[in-house]
Amino acid sequence: MAETINVDKVMDLKGLPCPMPVVKVSKGIKDIQVGQVIEALITDPGALADIPAWVRTSGNEILKTEQGEGVIKFYIKRLK
Amino acid sequence: MTTEEIEKQLADLKAQVEGLKRTQQEDKLSMIVFSGDLDKVLAAFVTATGAVAMGLEVVMYFTTWGTPLLRDKNKTVHGKDMMGIMFGHMLPKGAGAAKLSKLNMGGMGTSMMKSLMKKKNVASLEEMIKMAAELGVKIFIAEISMDLMGFKREEMIDYPGVEYVGVATFLEQAIRSKITLFL
Repeated sequence: MAETINVDKVMDLKGLPCPMPVVKVSKGIKDIQVGQVIEALITDPGALADIPAWVRTSGNEILKTEQGEGVIKFYIKRLK
Repeated sequence: MTTEEIEKQLADLKAQVEGLKRTQQEDKLSMIVFSGDLDKVLAAFVTATGAVAMGLEVVMYFTTWGTPLLRDKNKTVHGKDMMGIMFGHMLPKGAGAAKLSKLNMGGMGTSMMKSLMKKKNVASLEEMIKMAAELGVKIFIAEISMDLMGFKREEMIDYPGVEYVGVATFLEQAIRSKITLFL
């Protein structure tokens, strides 16, 4: 049974290179409440390393990472 | 131990704690931007904006060749001396006029790089400066560079909270910074 994630905010960051995905996500997470989830759509391959690094530093959590056709989907939960 | 001795020791300890507080490292990045090259200053701003996202406070200290990039291309000032006028003409007027440190090839390389950046959606240097301002990146400009090259404050960009300072003001921040960089 597939686990469903309730998304509270979708951020389309396709086509944006470094450092924009991290800059935008760090701004966007302030618009949701603690416990809520952002779905970020990113095409920059560097984000595969950068978003996890940002999450570790900022103390948030990646619930799931999906890699599709050139698009990486991150489900990020705000923890603080 | 007498009360006097205890009081003295306590005072000593307090002074030590105060000293430690002054040099305590904060989540801060302090950067000297010495270069006026497009590629290097772009890297400085990518790092600065990324650092804000990573939860760091950021201070950029523009000096020497970095200083003219913070001039506003639409502003003109009068009353400069001969050397000031020469520097004014020979150095890039604003971030848009910065050139690559390598492969410039008489400007051809720089314009090729700029069109490539546009195609790949990479923010221009002017856009990065705007974004840094929005993110609260602090900019210091070295007063000595301004004075040496004859730049006037009225010809600089309107960057929120910009300050014209000496190296001690930058170092006060650098002492407390976990990361310090020179570009």
